[in-house]
Amino acid sequence: MMVENPQVVDEAQIIAAIVRGETHLFHDLIRPHERSVYVMVLSLLKNEAEAEDAAQEAFLKAFRNLSKFRAESKFSTWLISIALNEARSKLRQKKAMKTESLDAGPEEDGHVSPAILRDWREVPSEALERKEVRQMIQLAVADLPGIYREIFLLRDVEELSVNESAEALGISLASVKVRLHRARIMLQKTLAPQLKQVNPKRRWFPWL
Amino acid sequence: MVIDCKHVWDYISGYLDDSLAPETKESVQRHLEHCEICSAILDSTRNILILTADDRIFELPVGFSERLHARLAQEIDGSSREPDED
Repeated sequence: MMVENPQVVDEAQIIAAIVRGETHLFHDLIRPHERSVYVMVLSLLKNEAEAEDAAQEAFLKAFRNLSKFRAESKFSTWLISIALNEARSKLRQKKAMKTESLDAGPEEDGHVSPAILRDWREVPSEALERKEVRQMIQLAVADLPGIYREIFLLRDVEELSVNESAEALGISLASVKVRLHRARIMLQKTLAPQLKQVNPKRRWFPWL
Repeated sequence: MVIDCKHVWDYISGYLDDSLAPETKESVQRHLEHCEICSAILDSTRNILILTADDRIFELPVGFSERLHARLAQEIDGSSREPDED
């Protein structure tokens, strides 16, 4: 990942302008981050309506607190940590209901093993045109224990760097690497055998 | 350094991120050259990461953006401008 990129510089200028009073620019500032904020809160809340509400609240909080944003962190990282806090406080609010503990799952010093395969036949992205394949993957990610799901989404779906992920989650770089490794192996263990069964004889382009 | 399969599995994530120390990376590579099991595990993991990162897996609900920006607009300039009404 690049350390410097023009987007970051532009972002700093837009933020400065918003803080000076050009508040309408906030709409443009957040457009590139809508999906990542939603995906992260959804991963905690597991309910689309609640996730949408939490995402809106997070963006509003970011707007109200923008003058407190410090340029040493990236805007996306700052925004995601606000969103995660928002989702966590929503989770605490409905504690009476059965909710999953974020710390559930194997300890970090435990061992995870992959699914053993002798060969792997590449599953092309075209397979994602099929709803059952998309659902298989969504379910596998949703079933990851919370601490592994959030690091996986930040790094491998939203493509934050190791440093940014550590900052957004308030954990060490070493924890990021260990959790990410475990998340990836857990996904391989669940998904590789399932994906291998995805109708291997069927053409990916049935119309050809 | 010669490493066995179980050790290679511990390095899969680091290998995919290319964040292993040079000598570790070389040991892993040498192991992969002759181990079809570890190669299949690595290939399947890489394949799964590519599929999960696809935009089609995690999508915003229809209308999410419109609803978000409408709510933000109320906050941002609700007091200084009449809301647009049809």
